[in-house]
Amino acid sequence: MIEFKGVSKRYGEVVALEDVDLVIDKGEVVVLIGPSGSGKSTLLRCVNALETPDTGTVTFDNRVVQRTDGDVSELRAQVGMVFQHFHLFPHLTALGNVMLAPRLARERDEAHARALLERVGVADKADVYPDTLSGGQKQRVAIARALAMRPKAMLFDEPTSALDPEMVGEVLAVMRQLAGEGMTMLVATHEMGFAREVAHRVVFMDGGRLVEIAPPDEIFSNPQRKRTQAFLSKVL
Amino acid sequence: MGREFATRVGLTVLFLAALTAAFARSPYEFDFSPIWAFRVRFVKGFLCTIGATALAYVVGLALGVLVAIARLSKNIFIRHIGDFYVEVVRGTPFIVQVAIAWWGIASQIEGVESRFIVGTLALGVFAAAYMGEILRAGIESVERGQFEAAVSLGLDRRQTLQYVVFPQAIKRMIPPMTGELIALTKESSLLFTIGVVEMMSVAKDMKAKDLATLEALIFVAVLYLVITIPLSLLARRLERKLGEGRRSGVDLL
Repeated sequence: MIEFKGVSKRYGEVVALEDVDLVIDKGEVVVLIGPSGSGKSTLLRCVNALETPDTGTVTFDNRVVQRTDGDVSELRAQVGMVFQHFHLFPHLTALGNVMLAPRLARERDEAHARALLERVGVADKADVYPDTLSGGQKQRVAIARALAMRPKAMLFDEPTSALDPEMVGEVLAVMRQLAGEGMTMLVATHEMGFAREVAHRVVFMDGGRLVEIAPPDEIFSNPQRKRTQAFLSKVL
Repeated sequence: MGREFATRVGLTVLFLAALTAAFARSPYEFDFSPIWAFRVRFVKGFLCTIGATALAYVVGLALGVLVAIARLSKNIFIRHIGDFYVEVVRGTPFIVQVAIAWWGIASQIEGVESRFIVGTLALGVFAAAYMGEILRAGIESVERGQFEAAVSLGLDRRQTLQYVVFPQAIKRMIPPMTGELIALTKESSLLFTIGVVEMMSVAKDMKAKDLATLEALIFVAVLYLVITIPLSLLARRLERKLGEGRRSGVDLL
């Protein structure tokens, strides 16, 4: 469903991605772990063309992702994105946030939007503005918003890193539920528990490279690479 | 608002009483009666000031949008034109600009005879530099994440600007844009230098005839306040209503 082929990206001297090859199948949950600045975010952002690789190609659903593509908006609508800092629209209510994209695509469906808020457990907050929501509630509304266009895949860019510890669980629960329903997911996170429990495969990244790719039980109990071992010994 | 307004009025009266008491001790003998003879001209001047300010504000807004677009352009050439405009207009006094507009430019063009129109246009060109900056800053104040969240949902560029960026930016622009209207009201007094018959020019005529100079100036000052104080109150109300500029936790005094 998502395929990276020889993808590299630099910001000046800094290497963000170095010759990345990765295939994510339909219904698969792939979790990216690694230190800050290892390229996890950049990798995610290449899928919906928020970033453009310097070399290599990203394909989504058999279609090459290109920012210059006239239909890039259509492609982006098929990929839900959840950000570390939520980025809810402050001038719209929770429901308004969820409904904006469908409304503009002339697929206005309030029942669907309300059902999504119900699904992430914030149905009672439909008519309030984001500034009155807690961090966990904001992120769950953001997930509902990302699901509003019925995406084929979801990208999560450190979705719990900006949350107070007691709110991490409620967001992970929603993500776990999504994974259980067979959603294709690419998740950058520092939540090793989530990776261990939900991921089909875990990718350890460092310096823009995919250092090690393995099912969670293998990578956590028996990491092969020295750098993976060093990283895991620090975070586990 | 009621109680605050009453307090404000009370304080103003007290302050004026103190001022009057101070003047009463001076040897200057106040006589406001000559102003009455100029009443028609003062009314005309008052309307002229309001008209020039309002028209210049509209011109400034229209040009200001262009300035903001230029300053936000990806094209470095267009951006430089915007930068240049803002730097030149903000870096020179309006009194010089309006003089150049009238004696330097308008006088060269056949058929241009209205001092009011030339002066108002000059004021609009002047205002555009400041308003363009307010508009640009408002748009730039919307964080990048808002843009990214919108396009990630499949919104195109126009939809992103229309439904996500502008609604947030406009909210932040309203208070400074009201401030600009106040500034423009006062700036319009300089139109008297090219012979536009606005409020200030009437006071100047009285001075020329050696009639109640100080009284006329005080009267004009009050007339300006009649325009600016309601605007200032409106700005404060809008600011409060929009929830921006909330009182910070710091007391400076």
